[in-house]
This record gives sequence, structure tokens and C-alpha cells, in this order.
Amino acid sequence: MANNYLLEMKNIHKSFGGIKALIGVDLDLRRGEVLGLVGDNAAGKSTLMKILSGAYYADKGRIFFDGKEVHITNPRISKYLGIEMVYQNFALCPNLDVPSNLFLGRELTTQSFFSFLRKRRMEKEAVKVLHRLKIDIQNPREIIDRLSGGQQQAVAIGKAVSFNPKLVIMDEPTANLALVEIDKVLDLTVRLKEHGISIIFISHRLDDVFTVSDRIFVLKHGVKVDVRETANTNKDEIVRLMFM
Amino acid sequence: MRRYGIVVGFITVVIVLSILSPAFLTVTNLLNILRQTSIHGIMAVGMTFVILTAGIDLSVGSVLALTGILCAGFEHAGWSLFYIVVVTLIIGCGAGLINGLIITKGRVTPFVVTLGMMSVARGLALIYSGGYPISGFGDSFRFIGAGYVFKLPLPIVIFFFTLIVAAVVLRNTKLGRYIYAIGGNEETVRLSGINSDTYKTIAYVFSGLTSALGAIVLTSRLNAGEPIAGTGYELDVIASVVIGGTSLMGGRGGVLGTFIGAMLIGTINNGMNLLGISSYFQLVAKGLIIIGAVLLDRLREE
Repeated sequence: MANNYLLEMKNIHKSFGGIKALIGVDLDLRRGEVLGLVGDNAAGKSTLMKILSGAYYADKGRIFFDGKEVHITNPRISKYLGIEMVYQNFALCPNLDVPSNLFLGRELTTQSFFSFLRKRRMEKEAVKVLHRLKIDIQNPREIIDRLSGGQQQAVAIGKAVSFNPKLVIMDEPTANLALVEIDKVLDLTVRLKEHGISIIFISHRLDDVFTVSDRIFVLKHGVKVDVRETANTNKDEIVRLMFM
Repeated sequence: MRRYGIVVGFITVVIVLSILSPAFLTVTNLLNILRQTSIHGIMAVGMTFVILTAGIDLSVGSVLALTGILCAGFEHAGWSLFYIVVVTLIIGCGAGLINGLIITKGRVTPFVVTLGMMSVARGLALIYSGGYPISGFGDSFRFIGAGYVFKLPLPIVIFFFTLIVAAVVLRNTKLGRYIYAIGGNEETVRLSGINSDTYKTIAYVFSGLTSALGAIVLTSRLNAGEPIAGTGYELDVIASVVIGGTSLMGGRGGVLGTFIGAMLIGTINNGMNLLGISSYFQLVAKGLIIIGAVLLDRLREE
């Protein structure tokens, strides 16, 4: 248990038909670390993360999570282990309010024969989550549709965090945001790290990756190119690793 | 917000009709409207669940005919009221379950599945009855359509009961929450670890249940089960839901809106009858009102 690593993926292979999406990838993630994951389109970033979220199962390779070997054969196992995903398209119900989205799938209910939703309690808890993460939403009863893109992404991150995960995977979380809102999401990401959550941060935007990450992992054509300490590298070097 | 327009429209219609016809605004006539609306209304409550999931159920009229003719047959076979009601409701649920399972497990669009069920149920109703009505029931069965509870006609009581149960389920239970969520973003629901297929199927089962409930009330009221009953009902039922502000895209609306939508259609039917407008014109007028109501709703959104 005194393992420094929260996650170790070893020699991961995955093919789709004749196409090799991942070839012997090793990835490790320290506790409380933000790992930037970069690579060109079709480099295998999404495939690698979908293996963690349980959407795909690797053809070959082993995964150790929190000191134990795990077999993530479906998304429920991933959730159970404490792995949460944040997607670029927010993955929220636009017609429901903030508490309904935060608690979707694990609603608090009364213990009576008819289990009614405990709406007030959920709203209180939701406000706590927003407060803890310093997410600025005045009226939590507002439906998601009426919030800005940045607020929506903040709610999506809040939703992931409210499951008390050990690892949050963010897949292009800033891709659909206006410039002014990107900073807020990056701030939020750093705050998650301060709460002891490990993060894998996938992005095309190298600026964002440099802002939040401790290390940067470069993937190309399904192969791990290198991992660099963010403090000891620069954008030119990362771009060279990605494309050359 | 969405509902206010409908309420204003409803009140306007009531005021106009009160001025045009002195017979309109009487307790007898208002109860009459409620009683006439109750059958469509009960079915529209189930339809609201389905439409909230962004689905549609075209089979409600035929399922009403099938369950109606079957419960007439059960009555003639000498079953007790309790068994007639329970078995008829179970058959309605069964029709909805088949719809729901084919839609979710077979991945066929609701429009096609329920269109098929519309034909199958109608056919079964005709086969069972040989095309003839089954009429003449005992007092206990006739009580459902003709009886009174606390001076209120029983069909109205059943309608209100259905409405209240549905409203509580939609607002205060996981089932209701998930029905809205599925209409909002089904992918998100699945990613949240919820089995969305189950909840979608339940919506169709509920629609089948309310069709069977409507069938029991109608059959009892007419003192006859008819295999051609409910022809075209799906239109009035869907119209009630949509006029009531529930979006066909799913996720928005509710049964209180549906109540007002159903009452609006019932009131317009009643008013045009009182004013002696030909039933041919009534069809045209009703169609225009449905289109107008939805159009207004859309314009207000933009």
C-alpha cells in the first residue's frame, strides 16, 4: 500500500480489426498528480482512457490501481474503483437543475416504503460541493441549459468529484469553452489536485496542459513516446515529440 | 413559463364560450366536460411519461379497444369486478411492455413499434369479438362509468387520482427524475450508471396501463365493448400532452400541463357542440388549434 503510484498500466495492447490502436503502452500516475496526456488525433489517447473507464477492454496488458491488479470489464467497475470521467461535451442533462445532475444515478431518498427523493437535502449537499470547489453559480435550481459553458463544465467536474473519486480523467474539458471560461476550468482542475485527487488531463491545447500538469505523457501512433516533467520541458520539445 | 400561455388560452376559451352560450357555464355542463375529458385525460397522463422520454405511443387507441373488448368479455363470462379490472390492467401493461422491450432491446424507433402495435391490437380486438360489440353489463361493472363518489362522477375521480399519482411520481421519485433525465440526455443517464432501458420501458408500460384504465371506464360508460372504439384517440391524446406544454423532444413538461391541455380540447369540443357547429368543421377547428398552440409555444421560446 505504500506504493507511490495510484495507477500503473503495463504493456497495454488494443487492436480494432487490423488496426493497432495501442502497442505496449506503459503509463503510471502518482498520487495527487496531474498528468497531461497529449498526442495527435488517432494517437490512441481516447482508447487508452476508455480502457480505464471500462468502455473497452485491453487485448493484452495489466492494470494496477491503488496497489491491486484490476480488471475493468465494464464502466461500473471503473466507477466502483473511484475513476470518474469528465467529457468535452459536459455529459449533463440540460433540462435538469444542478442538484439533479450532481446526484444523477445516486439520488438520496427516504427510507419509507415509497422512496421519495430528498430534494432539499440534495440541494444542500449540492451547494456544499459548489462551495467547496468555489464554483460560482448563484441559483443551483437553475437548469443546466441556462448556465454558461464554463459553469456547465464546472458542474460536470463537480459531478465527477462528488462521487469522491481517486482519479478523474478529463477528456478535452476546455474544448468547447470560450477563452475567459477556460481559466476557470483550469483553476478548478488545480483545486481538485489540492483535494488529493489524481488527474489525467487530455487536451489539444498545450497551454492548458502546461498550466495544470506536473508531467506530460506523449503518445504517438499508439506508442508511448516519452514522459517529461512539465517544469523541465517546453512546448517546442513536446510538439517535436508529438509529431517527429 | 411554458404553462402560462396554455392557462391563458384555456381561460380565454372558457370566457368566450360563456358569452356565446348561456348553457356553457353551468355546473352540470362543467362536470359533463370533465367526464367527457376523463377518458382521453387518463390516457394522456400515460402518454406524458412516454413523450417526456422523447418517445411516442401511437397504439393507445387500439390498446384501449383491445382491453375494452376483453373486459367486456370477462364481464359476460361472469368474472367479479375485481378480476375484470386487475386482469384488464395487466393486459394493458403487457401491451406496453411489448412496446417498451422492442423499442429498447430491439432498438427500433418508438414510432414504428407502436404503429405496428396499433394494428396488432386493433386486429386482436376484431378477432376476439368477431367484429361485433359486446354489450349489456351488470350493475357492479356499470358503476365505474355511471357511478358517483362524493357527488363526483367516478370517471372524474379516477382521472384525478391518475393525475395526482403521476404528478407525485414525476416530481418526487427516482423513476420520475430518470424519465426527465432520459428525455434530456439519454447518454448521460447511461454514463451515470442508470439502466435507461428499464425506465424507458416503464414509461410504455404506464401508457399501456392508462389505456386499459381508460378502456374500463369507456366500456362501462357505453355499456358496451366495441372493437372499433378508440379509433383516432391517439391524436387527441398526443394533442392534449403537446398543447399542455410537454415537448415532443422530451425532458420538458408535466402532467399538470397535460390536464389543462386535455381540458382545453374537451372544452372546445363541448363548446362547438353547444354552438351547433358541424362536426366536420369541428375537426378542422381542432386541428388548427393544435397547430396554433404548438406554434405559439415555439415562437415564445425564440
